[in-house]
Amino acid sequence: MLIAAVLVLIVLGSLLFHFLSPWWWTPIASNWAYIDTTLIVTFWITGAVFTAVVLFIAYCLLRFRHRPGRRAAYEPENRRLELILTVGTAVGVAAMLAPGLVVWARFIQVPEEAAEVEVVGQQWQWSFRLPGEDGQLGRADTRLITPESPLGLSAHDPRGQDDVIVEAADLHVPVGKPVKILLRSVDVLHDFYVPEFRAKMDMIPGAVTYFWLTPTRTGTFEILCAELCGVGHPYMRGVIVVDSESDYQAWLAEQITFAQLSTARQAADASP
Amino acid sequence: MATTIHGTADAVPPAETAEVELYHPHSWITRYVFSQDAKVIAIQYSLTAIAIGFVALFLSWLMRLQLAFPGTLAFIDADSYYQYITMHGMIMVVYLLTALFLGGFGNYLIPLMVGARDMAFPYANMLSYWIYLLAVLVLVASFFMPGGPTGAGWTLYPPQAILANTPGQDWGIVLMLVSLALFIIGFTMGGLNYVVTVLQGRTRGMTLMRMPLTVWGIFTATVMALLAFPALFVGAVMMLFDRLLGTSFFMPAIVQMGEQLSYGGGSPILFQHLFWFFGHPEVYIVALPAFGIVSDLIATHARKNIFGYRMMVWAIVIIGALSFVVWAHHMYVSGMNPYFGFFFATTTLIIAVPTAIKVYNWVLTLWQGDIHFTPPMLFAIGFIVTFLNGGLTGMFLGNVVVDVPLSDTMFVVAHFHMVMGVAPIMVIFGAIYHWYPKITGRMFNDLLAKLHFWITFLGAYLIFFPMHYLGLLGVPRRYFEMGETAFVPASTVTLNEFITITALVVGAAQFLFLFNMFWSLRYGRPAGGNPWRATTLEWQTPETPPAHGNWGRELPVVYRWAYDYSVPGAAEDFIPQNQPPSPAEVRGTMT
Repeated sequence: MLIAAVLVLIVLGSLLFHFLSPWWWTPIASNWAYIDTTLIVTFWITGAVFTAVVLFIAYCLLRFRHRPGRRAAYEPENRRLELILTVGTAVGVAAMLAPGLVVWARFIQVPEEAAEVEVVGQQWQWSFRLPGEDGQLGRADTRLITPESPLGLSAHDPRGQDDVIVEAADLHVPVGKPVKILLRSVDVLHDFYVPEFRAKMDMIPGAVTYFWLTPTRTGTFEILCAELCGVGHPYMRGVIVVDSESDYQAWLAEQITFAQLSTARQAADASP
Repeated sequence: MATTIHGTADAVPPAETAEVELYHPHSWITRYVFSQDAKVIAIQYSLTAIAIGFVALFLSWLMRLQLAFPGTLAFIDADSYYQYITMHGMIMVVYLLTALFLGGFGNYLIPLMVGARDMAFPYANMLSYWIYLLAVLVLVASFFMPGGPTGAGWTLYPPQAILANTPGQDWGIVLMLVSLALFIIGFTMGGLNYVVTVLQGRTRGMTLMRMPLTVWGIFTATVMALLAFPALFVGAVMMLFDRLLGTSFFMPAIVQMGEQLSYGGGSPILFQHLFWFFGHPEVYIVALPAFGIVSDLIATHARKNIFGYRMMVWAIVIIGALSFVVWAHHMYVSGMNPYFGFFFATTTLIIAVPTAIKVYNWVLTLWQGDIHFTPPMLFAIGFIVTFLNGGLTGMFLGNVVVDVPLSDTMFVVAHFHMVMGVAPIMVIFGAIYHWYPKITGRMFNDLLAKLHFWITFLGAYLIFFPMHYLGLLGVPRRYFEMGETAFVPASTVTLNEFITITALVVGAAQFLFLFNMFWSLRYGRPAGGNPWRATTLEWQTPETPPAHGNWGRELPVVYRWAYDYSVPGAAEDFIPQNQPPSPAEVRGTMT
């Protein structure tokens, strides 16, 4: 009796909480509104199933509770009912999976025109690299990391000399242009996570991972690490600023290239 | 075909194996300590698992206190916080849930339910427990070593698991890996026993399709565990080599804090594949015994046959098989080849279909039942609700693109606690209350048990349901403290405080359970042999608690399936499996 009432309250309470609670996703700042849509579809389908099943249980508990003289029915199987429920479930599952896979296909197909930005994670800071004027990122390797080449760029690769190095500072990207984020780590696993972008991806030492997005509004967003990376994990924060094109160009003009950085450091080493 | 499951008049086949010679104890030591009786081993397993489970409970209190009131308890720093979450997770998943369901319930129930005198290999069964105990002791030892236990997170992802900047680098991670290897060795000895006993040790008439679903669940889970745990074993040994011998199975070239380490060429993601090849089946290794047990609790306490028995058996087997091809849904944002996403999202969502069938069939068993709201039934209902909730949020996380924003957030924490924490533990409590009268011969205190249910069920729901919304907001998991973060509103502090206070209350309520168990041992009223009027064999033993050898002089003979409740025309609302068919049944006039 009591349990039936409580189950009804659980359904009502969960629905009320869902619609009234102040905790909901952050306003989106990327093209991945598709993900939000798929998530909403999933909420509706799963919410309907949860409500229906729990209310049905509550009804059964009330209606078929033990009373003196009551005897249960004897019904081992009901092929037809089982078939209907199986097919119905399969349809519901397909209704969630199909849009999910379509959006995933978009998620992993990077547009040709996407500009590359490299993110380098280490305990516990974020650095960044842009391709420079030649539009190409030079070779980099964890083994090549030195004080003169903090991100491990090869001194012998001409493509890397003009790469823009943003060491432990804010990253800027222009609004409205697709960006392919290349992810690299020099020590342990990290994960580049900006809640407003919806997308995230792990960074693996020894490999380059990626995802892409198009920032859809200007603003300053916090970068968090979403993969446990040691005791400093919660403090591994960074900032990404989505700029208008002119602001972005102004920021870019102030940045230094790999060639400038390594020359300056070599000079500093030579005169202690 | 239909007659083989609920028909009763067919012939009883001859026994497949001869009577076994049991090793009978000669002293207190061989009776209660180095016992070869599966029932004693079961109790040893269960008490050890519950004891270490209370350690995990205590750790969860500490981490919840840190999340709600950061800085209040001076002794909790980032190092110790990560040690708490790591040990809490590993203890709960492996040393409590796996050990209790398979080593505890498996040992107690398999021989009794299939009508065997004991496990097939009692000596290996005894060794299984003692190696498990050793594994637990090695794990606990890490708390007392320099540097403390590992804080690598229960997933132990390299490279950070064995490097500096992660607590427990000296001893903690080594003892954790050694302990896991020991656990797997011990489990394998027990697991082979459970499988062989089910396949070879069934009594006359106990066909596979007459077995209670409890046995089906534990049996399938054990087969899975025997196939899945070796992946973890390999991973643990390789990581141990990386840590102790300087090999680089999982370690690429690394520069840590400006220093080149001597590793190179290994693959961190290889470990993740090995870990989750074990780790996902592990979810079902815990879930399948729970599925089986809860089916029997519902049938018994609703006085009704389980609905769609054959479908339930097939669902268990299909889920067991499918769960070996879904592991990488834990790795959608791991940086693995993104095309894997299509395959693993599809297999993951397909597994929802047999799982949903199980939920429907539990609910349909209640339909037109005669439902007694005993503590086992209440916990079974609590299981269905929390499992349904946790299963449905799995539809978010299994669907690759929806997982992307939610992965590594509190949504994941809420999901897996609901589905593989709260739900199976509901079944564990229900099962303990259900079989306590058989194990001890006494009834527990009903009022205390119901109080325990209400606090645990409502509290757990209040803890984990709102937690999903923190994850939806974007709050990451495994954060020692959130600090000032622009997108996280101050109101989340209130929510965290609410969750923590509820968790303290729910945790405290578990002492009601513990008290009830010990108090009733002495003061509970005598239960008799079959207080729930159940059909399955364990309730038909000549003695309660059952003696060594279970059955007295003659093994029981099974004439019917496990679910003859409320059979029309029968005098009682249950017919034990070993009751020969009545003349009416033989004539076929009764059903």
